[in-house]
Amino acid sequence: MEKTQRFSLYLRKWGLPAFMLSPFMILVTVFYFLPVILIVVLSFTSMGSAMRWDFIGFQNYRFLFEDPNLPTILTNTLIYVSFTLGINVLFGLTLALLTTYFIQKESIGLFFRTIWMLPRMSPPVVYVLLWLWFFDPSSYGVLNSIRELMGLPPTMWLVNQPMTAVILANGLIGASFGMIIFSAAIKSIPQDLFKAAKVDGAGHWSIIKDIILPALRWPIMFVTIWQLLSLLTSYEYILLLTNGGPGFDSTVLALYSYHKAFQFFEFGYGAAVSVVLVAVAIVLTVMLWKLFGMQKIERGARID
Amino acid sequence: MDISYRGEVRSQVSFPKALKWKKRMPYIVAYGVLFITTLPVILMYLWLLLNSFSSQMKYGFIPVNFTLDNWRFLWTNVEIAGSVYPSIWLATWNSLVFAGVLTILEVIIGVMAGFALSRLRFPGRHGLLKITLILHAFPSIALLIAVFYILNFLGLFDTLWGVVLVKTALQIPLTAWIIKGFFDDVPWDVEWAGLIDGCNRFKVWYSIVLPLVKPGIAAVCIFSFLSGWSEFLLLYTFIISDSNITLATYLQKLLSDPNLVPYGLLTAVSVFYMLPVIVFFILTQKSLMHMHAGGGKGV
Repeated sequence: MEKTQRFSLYLRKWGLPAFMLSPFMILVTVFYFLPVILIVVLSFTSMGSAMRWDFIGFQNYRFLFEDPNLPTILTNTLIYVSFTLGINVLFGLTLALLTTYFIQKESIGLFFRTIWMLPRMSPPVVYVLLWLWFFDPSSYGVLNSIRELMGLPPTMWLVNQPMTAVILANGLIGASFGMIIFSAAIKSIPQDLFKAAKVDGAGHWSIIKDIILPALRWPIMFVTIWQLLSLLTSYEYILLLTNGGPGFDSTVLALYSYHKAFQFFEFGYGAAVSVVLVAVAIVLTVMLWKLFGMQKIERGARID
Repeated sequence: MDISYRGEVRSQVSFPKALKWKKRMPYIVAYGVLFITTLPVILMYLWLLLNSFSSQMKYGFIPVNFTLDNWRFLWTNVEIAGSVYPSIWLATWNSLVFAGVLTILEVIIGVMAGFALSRLRFPGRHGLLKITLILHAFPSIALLIAVFYILNFLGLFDTLWGVVLVKTALQIPLTAWIIKGFFDDVPWDVEWAGLIDGCNRFKVWYSIVLPLVKPGIAAVCIFSFLSGWSEFLLLYTFIISDSNITLATYLQKLLSDPNLVPYGLLTAVSVFYMLPVIVFFILTQKSLMHMHAGGGKGV
């Protein structure tokens, strides 16, 4: 009798959480923790398409260091990340200011914000198709049609300006992320502040400078680090738009790792490139955590 | 009490015209900038729709001849320069299965984990909360090579099931966190009352708490489905056989075809592929902004 009671008590204390969390834990272990360990181990092997484990020490890292394409790729990564980040934050901020501060009518602001959500919500392949049409090398493309109206011959935009295309396409998607976060932050500023400033005769510029921007300090920092993290490691749109070409002209480090692994089947080498990225990502994640994680006030469990 | 100086001032003093314009100027500029920047986005998507119903475009973006010819792919298999593509309905079915299974897994596992994180006390709970948040921020896509090895090892490479598992795992930290947030908002007196009435915790959870978090779960459902529907990279990387083709990879295949595929066909397939997204857009505009704004990322 007492034993069964003890057992049921034990079950209540441990069994339910374990049961509830097990699928979550299994997934996270198999697809997060294990891959992190595995990718480090893989980077010390020369695994190719035969999937054989041959440990070669730091060879891959040496190859990477001596890779003739590395300067190009690092330059591209730097340009891509910095410019796209600039568009994300500045244009996102502009959109947020325009749709929440200058346009006080909620419905109109919401309409514009919804339109800007379209690129983010549409499937990547469809979104990239729009850009491919925009930059189309024949006279069908948007830019070339405009050139045609001016009497100029069509040019090969994606061949001549691959980085510009990549930055624009990614910039618009990121801008909507900034827009959402900043809009929410501007809306949470007490209206009295604006009213008081208006009564005191403050102009738009001083309201933006002295009320809105200080309130956006943390959101801007958050969006910057968050986007930095995702831009460094994401390459989906680049893969679809230019596939890193022509040559290595629009290849960034993350895409290089992907190509090495899934195009040339040099899994070991690809893993080494990934490890570099993961290391950077971990540093940025820790930074995010230090800056923003502590703000989360945790409530304890509700019922014993 | 709203004492406004400006109201009184306005009634007594009529502004000179120039001053009135000066006051309005920033707003006019704001609207102008918004229109100019937003118009291309609207036009692009409009082009997508119009082009799928026209046989040619004047100047590249003005549709002239209405035709349904581009939509042929719905009843015949597309053939480009001798190579026959798989049926669009196979791709649609696969996309539906992929997104549907993803949604079901996401919600079940997310609700279980979210509930435990919100309501149960167990050792390491705080650490697990931290880990969940960190994992959400962590760029899982950098681990693709290792994930490929694991899928291969499990014998799930080139199966939709394998990719569904990967996709579920990549999204589960965020989903669990969001659902946890919804559970946090359920007043716990409600649960207490149920316990006093003699239900056990599971019954309380099932009959009292779950209905209260339904809106949150519905939102998670929609977003899981849409993200599964839009998924490209994982499917492109881990799926090779034509029998497992999805709409995303089907369209990409058309895009990268060495032979020139007419824009009419590309846009028609795109519009067909985007249908769920468009429907979602029309139906739920307000909740979208709220959901996205409330990502629960400590902002």
